[in-house]
Amino acid sequence: MQQIINFLIKNSYKLLFLLLLGVSLTLTVKSHSYHRSQYINSSNAVSGYTYNQINSVKEYFGLRQKNEDLARENARLKEILFNKKDTILESKIVVPDILSTYTVRQAKVIKNSYSKQENFLTLDRGAFEGLKPDMAVISDRGVVGIIEKTSKNFATVISILHTKNPLNGKIKNSEHFGSITWDGRNAGYVQLIDVPKLATLKKGDTIVTGAQSAIFPENIPIGKIDRIFEEKATNKYVINIRLFNDMTSLGYVYIIENKKKLEKQALETETEKDPTKK
Amino acid sequence: MNSNFILNLIRFIVLLTIQIVVLEQVKFGGWINPYLYILFIILYPINSNKSGFIAASFCLGLVMDLFCDSGGVHATACLLLAYFRPGFLKFAFGLSYEYQTIRIAEKLSVDRFTFIMSAILFHHLVLFSLELYRFDLIFEIITRTILSTLFTFIICIISIYLIKPNKR
Repeated sequence: MQQIINFLIKNSYKLLFLLLLGVSLTLTVKSHSYHRSQYINSSNAVSGYTYNQINSVKEYFGLRQKNEDLARENARLKEILFNKKDTILESKIVVPDILSTYTVRQAKVIKNSYSKQENFLTLDRGAFEGLKPDMAVISDRGVVGIIEKTSKNFATVISILHTKNPLNGKIKNSEHFGSITWDGRNAGYVQLIDVPKLATLKKGDTIVTGAQSAIFPENIPIGKIDRIFEEKATNKYVINIRLFNDMTSLGYVYIIENKKKLEKQALETETEKDPTKK
Repeated sequence: MNSNFILNLIRFIVLLTIQIVVLEQVKFGGWINPYLYILFIILYPINSNKSGFIAASFCLGLVMDLFCDSGGVHATACLLLAYFRPGFLKFAFGLSYEYQTIRIAEKLSVDRFTFIMSAILFHHLVLFSLELYRFDLIFEIITRTILSTLFTFIICIISIYLIKPNKR
């Protein structure tokens, strides 16, 4: 016993080092292995408050850009308003007007990241304003991400620039869909994989969110086709998409809640559980 | 001893504040980020309690992780740098460093440049390897390490020069 205590005292420095190394490596590996196991994140009160303060200073430098964005969105909303009555033009509206299914809230990005493999954003609204995990986050130009965690006054968002983001997309005006992934290299581009070879597509086609997602409404723009690759082994397309959003500069975003999400998910799990029943 | 502790505590808070409030907002070319906060580890007094040193460095990294949403990447890099700092001191100043009381911030000579540079390089290499965490991105890890090392080094040297007159 004496010897064990002596050993511990003698090697306390090394043991402390190994203990701390173990803790930090566990945190690192956990943060990479699956995106839901983030223990250390910036939606807590202290860092949320700090980023809020920093952002309120930064906002002064981007006022001109913000005004332009608002004016552009106003113009588009007016266009929709004026066109609505007597044309059959396809609506360009980003937020679907099926108010019975979707609720839209507004929030501000107070912390942005785009240079890592797993990127998260922090918003200045939280559970208090009704934000919950797994709500869709979009900006006036297109998809931004999905809410990951909320605290009372803040929320973190998995960016579309996350190597494990759970999104799916389809080619506009067709029903061919695939999964959106990110290769972690360039913040302006994401990839659409698993698109069947039967799909007709060309450079410049618009990619929008698919209908099977319970989180995003259908037809929210993601980006434009930039390059198309063919994967020989699986006979499927891999498409490089230029994002409509500039993910390096995000201001105000909209949070969309699908009120019928639970109903849809419950039905789907029930169906998958007994496929034999008729 | 007591004044040393207070000095380090102030350094800890000031460097983290500068890092989070100012430097995290600066992104040269989109992703090159200077990490000034490791100056805390570089400047920590040499003949002080070793366990306290690595614990303080670990906390430093953990606070950074808290603000950067990066798991334990900064904590690991800081801890390893603190643990291997005697090795870098030996590499830069020769074996006799323990007998002299070197104050790293005192005068900027070639020895000190070597020490600061190698420490930053090591920290950034660990940091970016863990952050990118993929073997096929090895060239990206290396370019990021080298470019960020240069920026951190320049900013560290400038801040050491700025702090120095107060100490005399």
